Amino acid sequence: MNKIVEKEVLSENVVKLVVEAAAISRMQCPGQFVIVRSDEKGERIPLTIADADRENGTITLIIQKVGTSSCKITNLNPGDSLLDVSGPLGRPTHVEKLGTVLACGGGVGIAPLYPIARAFQQAGNRLIAVLGARNRELLILEREMAAFADEMIIMTDDGSYGRKGVITVGIEDVLRREPVHLAVVIGPAVMMKFTALLTRRYDVPTIASLNTIMVDGTGMCGACRVSVGGKTKFVCVDGPEFDAHQIDYDEMIQRLNTYKAEEKISFDGYLQSTS
Amino acid sequence: MPVDAQDLQADRNQEWRNELRGRLSAKERSALPRVRMPELDARERSKDFREVNTGLNEEMAVQEARRCLDCAAPTCISGCPVNINIPGFIKLIEKGDFAAAARKLKETNALPAVCGRVCPQEVQCEANCVYQKMKKPPVAIGYLERFASDCERLAGAVVVPGIGNKNPIRVAAVGSGPASLTFAGQMAKWGHPVTVFEALHELAGVLSYGIPEFRLPKSIVRSEIAYLEAIGVIFERNVIVGKTITIEDMRAQGFQGIFVGSGAGLPKFMHIPGENSIGIYSSNEYLTRVNLMKAYQFPRYDTPIVRGKRVAVIGGGNTAIDSVRTAVRLGADRAMIVYRRSEQEMPARIEEVHHAKEEGVEFLTLTNPIEYIADSEGRVRQMKVQKMGLGAADDSGRRRPLVIAGSEYLIDVDTVVVGVGTDPNPLIPRAIMGLEISKWGTILVNEETMQTAVADIFAGGDIVRGGATVILAMGDGKKAAIAMRDYLLSRSAGS
Repeated sequence: MNKIVEKEVLSENVVKLVVEAAAISRMQCPGQFVIVRSDEKGERIPLTIADADRENGTITLIIQKVGTSSCKITNLNPGDSLLDVSGPLGRPTHVEKLGTVLACGGGVGIAPLYPIARAFQQAGNRLIAVLGARNRELLILEREMAAFADEMIIMTDDGSYGRKGVITVGIEDVLRREPVHLAVVIGPAVMMKFTALLTRRYDVPTIASLNTIMVDGTGMCGACRVSVGGKTKFVCVDGPEFDAHQIDYDEMIQRLNTYKAEEKISFDGYLQSTS
Repeated sequence: MPVDAQDLQADRNQEWRNELRGRLSAKERSALPRVRMPELDARERSKDFREVNTGLNEEMAVQEARRCLDCAAPTCISGCPVNINIPGFIKLIEKGDFAAAARKLKETNALPAVCGRVCPQEVQCEANCVYQKMKKPPVAIGYLERFASDCERLAGAVVVPGIGNKNPIRVAAVGSGPASLTFAGQMAKWGHPVTVFEALHELAGVLSYGIPEFRLPKSIVRSEIAYLEAIGVIFERNVIVGKTITIEDMRAQGFQGIFVGSGAGLPKFMHIPGENSIGIYSSNEYLTRVNLMKAYQFPRYDTPIVRGKRVAVIGGGNTAIDSVRTAVRLGADRAMIVYRRSEQEMPARIEEVHHAKEEGVEFLTLTNPIEYIADSEGRVRQMKVQKMGLGAADDSGRRRPLVIAGSEYLIDVDTVVVGVGTDPNPLIPRAIMGLEISKWGTILVNEETMQTAVADIFAGGDIVRGGATVILAMGDGKKAAIAMRDYLLSRSAGS
């Protein structure tokens, strides 16, 4: 049992939870994730670790409401507990001083990007953050990123904040302007796909962090498999970060839709039971 | 592992046992027919997950126990990886003292209710029964083992054995599958404080996530765990050694001996075109969703599973058979085993193959998939297979499958389960400095002691064997416990 000590609603669909998990907070590194099960009947779902506080023994999870499992978790309140939290899982980000690092985050992908970007900045890189969201209301962690980023570019689809346009527009401005030594991209699969196409044109090494369907998270089941450079890789043990230019995004997007019908059945039932 | 012949003799020479032996002649005993295991009707059972074998009643068990000749030099024990005193417990059943029979089992086996159900007795103890030489069916040792432990559990009278003198030296096990549970049970009986670290939220490893309810009810697994808790074993769930805590943390916490029984975690795929299509599972994922996450009760439980109507399971081992029988229960109209060799070479237990056939499973042997074809959404719709012939015997002693050119054809499928084996999970080998690892990724050990290249670390089960049975894993756990005790003794004597 892992108690929730703090809750903050970041946007209509995104909630931040600070959860007691002493051992994980001690061991986690940027880029890693946990597997969470809300209750006895719940799924095991992967959630990236957005932050950790070793002294207080807590980790921060940022969750977007998309279906039954995420809503069960985001509906919890301080004092409630998650039944199981295990981790930290996945390989940590390889952080080194390279020069200029471009951190590109779309939607709730900004949450896992945050600790990675901070680590690159702390390692002595010039850190440019390009954050994208559908609109101003859905943009998260802007203040936190601004606290250390050397430059911030905000893109919104509807122009309600920052510049109007898709995130690749903001990214390309930087690529055209100055040499970038590494791009890190985290967000919806389509956004990562097009960002990778763009950075490839500019020959910028790029890593993407993937969030696929998982069950155990320790390499046991293979639900999370993706094709990278024509080879099958497991996101949980080989990733979650891969060379963004080698990922088969179309296959990954299809696999993310495996349970579309079941997810709807489950969510309709959940909404009925909570209304 | 040597069996203490003197103990066996002393046990056999007890007065009641001499008297019992004299009641029937060997000729009378050997004339009795072998008992048949009662089971649920195939049509009825294939719709749900109830246990197929329903167990012997008292009368059947006593009658079967009478068949055992109580040999002066019992050969059956040599076939048992944990050296159960087989005639000892069987004669207690014949005597009618079922509780004592259960205690006799627990002297050497921490999980008799599990072993009585899932051990391949036909290639172990029963293969070494004296009846084999007489060309008669062997004593049903497995059924009797199950009977005795079930009696004890159903009577609610599980007896906790005497624990050795409290020993201050703490030991740990990594993973809570059959190897670790056996290790933990043995060390706890010797008085060591034992902690078992499990990565998942549920204990017992493959007994929980892998073997289905209809072959091993989870209530049985839970009661075996409860027994270990009663003898003092501490279980820590959601702890991934190497991730949540390090081996160094464990040493700092005072664990002086560590047994690694982390299992064969990584599923093998065949790396053929289309294998990442939607609806293609590893057997590990398919079984884990159903057994551990209860996807067969979706949407009451949140974890979904694709309920295919035309399901092909690739492979011929017990895991493949468990998967295909699960597919039947999830409502498949056509459930197929697709295996590249012939039925004779199948590693699965004959009983399971037989049960699967009764439940309507088709066996497409000498058939191998070479490609999967998906629709525009990426969902698998067909598989291309080729026919195989059999050549000369290979290293495993089985005839090597050979491709028959031009024999390809298509089969309609909407779910595929790849059950062609597993590779060792890399998490532990990556996490412990100094281990020697084989080219297959297994941990290398001294086969006598199960000790690794790191003195305080022992290992057993599938992380060493690469993919074997529950009982072989248990044998490893036991061997490691004995050797670790010696190691700890020699260390404390030296300090």
